[in-house]
Amino acid sequence: MIGVLAAAVVIAFVLARHAAPAGAAASDPPPGATYDPALVNKGAWLSAIGNCSTCHTADKGATFAGGRPLSTPFGTLYATNITPDPDTGIGRWSPSDFLRAMHQGIDKEGQNLYPAFPYDHFTHVADDDVDALYAFLMTRDPVRMQTPANRIMVPRAAISVWKALYFKPGPLAPDAAHDASWNRGRYLVDGLGHCGACHTPRNALGAEKEREDLAGGTADGWRAPALNESSPAPLLWTVEQIATYLRAGFDAAHGTAAGAMAPVAHNLSTVPESEANAIAVYIASRMAARGEARATAAGNAAGGPGAADPELSARGEDSSIDPRQANDGDAIYRSACAGCHDGGRRGIALDHSTSTTDTSPANLIRVTLDGIHPREGEHGGMMPAFRGALDDTQLVSLVAFLRTRFGHAPAWQDVGSEVAKAKRANEDGKSS
Amino acid sequence: MITLKVNDRAHEIDADPKTPLLYVLRNELGLNGAKFGCGLGQCGACTVMVDGEAVFSCLTPILLLQGRAIKTLEGLGTAQRPGPLQQAFIDEQAAQCGYCIAGMIMRAQALLERNPSPTDEEIRAHMNPALCRCGTHLRILRAVRRASKTMQGATQDGKKA
Repeated sequence: MIGVLAAAVVIAFVLARHAAPAGAAASDPPPGATYDPALVNKGAWLSAIGNCSTCHTADKGATFAGGRPLSTPFGTLYATNITPDPDTGIGRWSPSDFLRAMHQGIDKEGQNLYPAFPYDHFTHVADDDVDALYAFLMTRDPVRMQTPANRIMVPRAAISVWKALYFKPGPLAPDAAHDASWNRGRYLVDGLGHCGACHTPRNALGAEKEREDLAGGTADGWRAPALNESSPAPLLWTVEQIATYLRAGFDAAHGTAAGAMAPVAHNLSTVPESEANAIAVYIASRMAARGEARATAAGNAAGGPGAADPELSARGEDSSIDPRQANDGDAIYRSACAGCHDGGRRGIALDHSTSTTDTSPANLIRVTLDGIHPREGEHGGMMPAFRGALDDTQLVSLVAFLRTRFGHAPAWQDVGSEVAKAKRANEDGKSS
Repeated sequence: MITLKVNDRAHEIDADPKTPLLYVLRNELGLNGAKFGCGLGQCGACTVMVDGEAVFSCLTPILLLQGRAIKTLEGLGTAQRPGPLQQAFIDEQAAQCGYCIAGMIMRAQALLERNPSPTDEEIRAHMNPALCRCGTHLRILRAVRRASKTMQGATQDGKKA
């Protein structure tokens, strides 16, 4: 009873404190405003780092005109039109409206924005970078396109509570223990790049778990591997490898950027090299802690108490699967996969891929079913789709086999249900 | 020995289980509809149907196919009595050199069996993995649309296509 009362008081307090500011913000953008081309150019690559066009563009839709559905555990949201169309886009937004949306998650009308728009990260973006983004967006072609209505069970009023609990507005303080490049990398990763939106696990209310920053999450049904000390990468990433992967979408020792990461790499191919390098410096340092974790784990008995990384230390354990499944999976691997992955045809060796070592079979299943395809009209890593060639039983055996043979890890428990999920997610066999 | 069920006929195949289905179809069974194009699953010339889905026969080892229903171009009709989809391709003159067409037809067949009246958007998305170097895509799309209509008409008349 006291608990309920206390909760009610907290919520009332929170609502009072975080009630969205009333009314629209001050003014429209100055009519006929012009923008410094250098600023627009900077906004263009900043927008690429923010991956803005990926969410704010519908399939085959006009860039930035919104309408892309984003499914969340709470319902479906539609990304908005951020072209400068005055009626359906942000054409009437002033620079300060835009800054407020980025930093506080409040739209021009004063309403709270759903945090699917990652203002928990964008709040860290410096004012002059926000200005550059604004200049870039305001100089795009206006597209008249009404954003479909959201279908979500969370009322906007509840966002105030969410914000009070999880939203920490304001810039990041630089970390004096690290150099400028590392700090730049953290600024981009935690801020505009919003890497944690996929690579950090979320709690029941959809907020990133602060204490598990970059510890691995999900994106569109794909697994977004951990980028911190629990990175499942079989070979530790170097700074150069991360930078190459981010800009080219491929690194020979780790593989191809697939799924939700493919458009991220495509966007990063357009940003200044120094920016991608800074991201790489920061991520590599976050992962480097793994070397120490691994050393500690090796110092203990395998899987014994005190092992620093349960996942890594678990690798020595009995990881047997049903012998018949192993046998079938082995035969399938040798006949359908090894030609490329084990035969010098430039398919990545599967013991280099996080798809066999990570905590979930989602990526291995999705890549096997739908392959990897370069962006329309571009070069890139490719793998053919095996949907249809493999029936469900064969796919389950193959995945179970690859896990033990190349992941050297205990069997996944959820292969069958992940296969069903991946098939439902892409029923029409859309392979690109 | 692996038993392959091709166009409703069972064949005992004595070949290395790694052998791609395409080689068995062409070299053992004399079914030359499916073509070798790229050998990498990137062009679609080798497409056949397995359990109702379009697959690249150049990449599919026969090991995977024991007892599963394989359908090839030859299973849709003959030169004398082409099936409705084949007839639609003829009517629209959708082939130029024709090398991709067997694969195109089998990929389209898989779509129409699952979705008898696809939208243009669905046809385009589904046919995307199949390439035609001559550039007859627009005729191919017309042929698929035409077949969608004729096949539905035939079904409604009680004459199953």
